[in-house]
Amino acid sequence: MASLVLAEHDNKALKDATAKTVTAAVQLDAPVHVLVAGYDCASVAEAAAKLAGVEKVLVADEVLYAHPLAETLAALLLSLAGQYDAILAPATTQGKNVLPRVAASLDVPQISEILKVVAPDTFERPIYAGNAIQTVQFGEGKKVITVRTTAFKAAELSGKALVERISAAGDPATSKFISEELSKSARPELTSAKIVISGGRGMGSGENFKLLEKIADKLHAAIGASRAAVDAGFVPNDYQVGQTGKVVAPDLYIAVGISGAIQHLAGMKDSKVIAAVNKDEEAPIFQVADVGLVADLFKAIPELEEELKKLGY
Amino acid sequence: MKVLVPVKRVVDYNVKVRVKADETGVDLANVKMSMNPFDEIAVEEAVRLKEKGQATEIVAVSIGPQQASETIRTALAIGADRGILVKTEAPIEPLAVAKILRAICEAEKPSLVILGKQAIDDDSNQTGQMLAALLDWPQATFAHKLELGEASATVVREIDGGLQTVEVRLPAIVTTDLRLNEPRYASLPNIMKAKKKPIEEKTPADYSVDTSPRLKVLKVSEPPKRQGGVKVKTVGEFLGKLKEAGVL
Repeated sequence: MASLVLAEHDNKALKDATAKTVTAAVQLDAPVHVLVAGYDCASVAEAAAKLAGVEKVLVADEVLYAHPLAETLAALLLSLAGQYDAILAPATTQGKNVLPRVAASLDVPQISEILKVVAPDTFERPIYAGNAIQTVQFGEGKKVITVRTTAFKAAELSGKALVERISAAGDPATSKFISEELSKSARPELTSAKIVISGGRGMGSGENFKLLEKIADKLHAAIGASRAAVDAGFVPNDYQVGQTGKVVAPDLYIAVGISGAIQHLAGMKDSKVIAAVNKDEEAPIFQVADVGLVADLFKAIPELEEELKKLGY
Repeated sequence: MKVLVPVKRVVDYNVKVRVKADETGVDLANVKMSMNPFDEIAVEEAVRLKEKGQATEIVAVSIGPQQASETIRTALAIGADRGILVKTEAPIEPLAVAKILRAICEAEKPSLVILGKQAIDDDSNQTGQMLAALLDWPQATFAHKLELGEASATVVREIDGGLQTVEVRLPAIVTTDLRLNEPRYASLPNIMKAKKKPIEEKTPADYSVDTSPRLKVLKVSEPPKRQGGVKVKTVGEFLGKLKEAGVL
């Protein structure tokens, strides 16, 4: 039987997280279908059809899914579940919200945030903030899986899948979308940026994050933060990188004024190159950093900006 | 209105766990245990609802070994009214936890269940959503702000890229995110008072729930280690090293 991947999108563009989840799904050795639930989302379905390895794209294009909720999305997935052996979603806030609801309704367990497909029924996943890796195997029944997208490459755009319209499932009508407040930024998204520059408690204030913004604008980097910086109210929670925030794995991660608590490392230690700026030579961040600059960030970051300017950035 | 708050006993936030040499799990012998931080936020939120006069009774539930009663005591010291300990020594998966909680909800009939969004040991992030499915209740996960009405709750949720506001009909499930509140420290008089609050002891069998694992853990291993690299003193050297690494 086939595997079904729940697509992540904003009704206009398909998110990169979907392409990465498809890569994981393909490794289950079964045909892969993608479900696009949205409203006025034809361009998303088209994009999903181009992903290599996808056999069919199911599109539920209905007002009900303009702002899909856990209740409506789970009802739709459950109406389709009979035809599938596995249901996957990226481990985004949407995937995390919806998939356990589907698993429990099917009376099967879920394996969260897989890092690797060992066999079609066996997966690696992080526990204890990534301080241990568990290899875990499903028993009988359908497989419900969320995928840590930083652990998989995006599927290529060489596919030509069939697009099939499907109708909406029932509306449980127990919950209602009211509004959404998305932070608008011209910078790349934190989870898919090639370069991320993050600030910690050492930044001292939200105002001081402007120092990082200047570097980010030069390098086309996304801005992140440690939990300490979020807790201190310097920046919003969706900047948070770590066990309880986002997991990133860019080509270059620059940690500024971040001590390097294990909970923060959990969110960035798979970055290709880690650079750190911290005045405390003993800070644990230096134990994982490929390049560490021991310096006062308030001197070093403006200087870094100047140097980058000289280099033509 | 009754509020149910499930709380989990986990390895303390500040402990760096070690994988056992035989790869059967992590070493928990003589390790400090505490209430899961997200569950503390859940207890705090319930207590605030009671202080506002919106909640009338808070029931703290823990599923785990006898020592989980200490975790319930912590909840009672923060302000919960009574506890239920469902005793089980074996590790228990989120689906089985959700089934036990469903049975407790059917008996206790709370209007609201507030849970932590994830436990910091297995990092599953499943139990609240699973409980909502089993009860066929609506859910508002990753709560940033909770406002309780007569028949519904308005919840601002932390989502990728920002915040989303939803309204859920009661009874409902809410799971907490970090910024919902800052849990208080229990005062000494409240810790003393908590010792007199009742904790009822049960077993999974009392709720006819089979807790045998449905997943098979084949091994638990160390993650690949990262080696620290070079430390430099000047911005020039710093940039040079990054260029050498090919990332600039």
